[in-house]
Amino acid sequence: MRGQTSRRTILGFIGPAVFGLAIVGIAPLIYAIWTSLHFFNLTKLKQVEFIGLENYWNVLTDGVFWQAMGRTFFLLATALPLQLVLGLGIALVLHKPGLTLLKTLARLSLVLPMATTYAVVGLLGQVMFNQKFGVVNHLLGGANINWIGDPQNAFAMIIFWDVWQWTPFVTLVLLAGLTMVPGEVEEAARLETKSWWTVLRHVQLPFLLPGLTAVLILRTADTLKLFDMVFTLTRGGPGAATEFISLMIQRVGFRGFDQGLASAQAVILLIITIILARIYIRVFYKEV
Amino acid sequence: MQTRNSLLWQILLLALVITLCVFPFYWMVTTSLKTQIVALKAPPVWIFEPTLENYREALFEDGVLRTLINSLVIAVSTTLLALLLGVPAAFALARFEFRGKKDLWFWFITNRMVSPIVLALPFFLIARNLGLLDKHITLILIYLTFNLPIVIWIVTDQFRGIPYDLDEAARLEGASQFTIMRKICLPLAMPGVAVSAIFSFIFSWNELMFGLILTRSEAKTAPAMAVSFMEGYNLPYGKIMATSTLIVIPVLIFALIASKQLVRGLTMGAVK
Repeated sequence: MRGQTSRRTILGFIGPAVFGLAIVGIAPLIYAIWTSLHFFNLTKLKQVEFIGLENYWNVLTDGVFWQAMGRTFFLLATALPLQLVLGLGIALVLHKPGLTLLKTLARLSLVLPMATTYAVVGLLGQVMFNQKFGVVNHLLGGANINWIGDPQNAFAMIIFWDVWQWTPFVTLVLLAGLTMVPGEVEEAARLETKSWWTVLRHVQLPFLLPGLTAVLILRTADTLKLFDMVFTLTRGGPGAATEFISLMIQRVGFRGFDQGLASAQAVILLIITIILARIYIRVFYKEV
Repeated sequence: MQTRNSLLWQILLLALVITLCVFPFYWMVTTSLKTQIVALKAPPVWIFEPTLENYREALFEDGVLRTLINSLVIAVSTTLLALLLGVPAAFALARFEFRGKKDLWFWFITNRMVSPIVLALPFFLIARNLGLLDKHITLILIYLTFNLPIVIWIVTDQFRGIPYDLDEAARLEGASQFTIMRKICLPLAMPGVAVSAIFSFIFSWNELMFGLILTRSEAKTAPAMAVSFMEGYNLPYGKIMATSTLIVIPVLIFALIASKQLVRGLTMGAVK
């Protein structure tokens, strides 16, 4: 009986959502592409003119764009392995039997970082990492570390908060994978060998792979999106030490007023995102 | 057999995890209860006389209350709109076969992954030309870009889990597809609808970038307000933490309610 629904009925159900998304999701993108092909400066609106691919040329030959990209992927390359190692460790402990009450408490507390407003994480960072009265320096035995004003320290701080905020997510994803392993298979393996590492590699890993793939792709997309937390914590500073890709586009477009150039950067970022989304779909939605 | 040693290690690790997750919260809340003088003490003070002064001042003198109401109005409206548009679409994706289904799916997922700055640039220019800057409706609409995919994804999944026989029976009775959705599937899909509404609310309530770029005063959202305290010297840390606490508490309550579903929602169902 499926597939006999009239086209009109289908349109009636799907039309409003498609129309809504087209208005807010597609029309602006087309406008962004149009803007990216023009000289378009907010302070010189009288002089908007078509310049072809010049903005794109400027973006791709400009060190600033590649530096921001490099910074973004450097953050991913440092924070993600930390999140994976910590997440896997915590997940393995949570997966073991026993200590039920403590483990329930731990699971509930894992929700806290996940649910914290990104912008608030940055504000908290300002308070806790303050050089003079911050609790972090105090807990480090009265250290006098300048966290926010020093490029390397500021970057380390961003890594810390990114790991704090996202390790719980990675933990819960991997834990979901561990619970998929059939109990009797795992028990049989544990009788065979004492080594948890062998069990992990040969028994549990196949069940963890989908989750790991999801984490890898989603964390990449999220790092490209990263804005709120860094904006409230360092504003991309000091200098450009923590200016990741989204922060850079925001600065060029809204503090540098060059909407044409910023739109070209945004379109390039969009293309990268579309490629990522394609991979994601291919991996997870084969049945769709 | 677990040795006593391994148990001890487990307890230590779990205690560490709980402490690390909870401590920043504890610090946020306690800082919000300190006067400015106490908040700026070096080294930081652990024991002090708590006061609600920061909350009173922030809420009623600095206008945080209004920005919280703005955030609430915007988050609730955009969630309702996403449900209104998204639930029928989810029903179609779950129940009908049609060309372009795959493309549609791809489009939804992409929207979920797109960096907001990509949309913020053109939206700002369009809103400026249409005189829609600093209006609630602008944020209500723009938040659809991430709410609608989330609603459609979660509710589609929920509809798929409802046996098709129920539809068939109703069809033989002569019910239209719309009636089937409303009378039969929707009541059964309520858990999914509720979870998607919670997600949509949280994402909208937490959002900063669009709020920062597209509002000034009238429609200013709470996170944007928290940021505007950060201007100048001698920052009012107690007030900033009080505002932060007010923003985070409702999200926490919702997140704990939906904690079982968090992973599915955040991975768009890739991990069940």
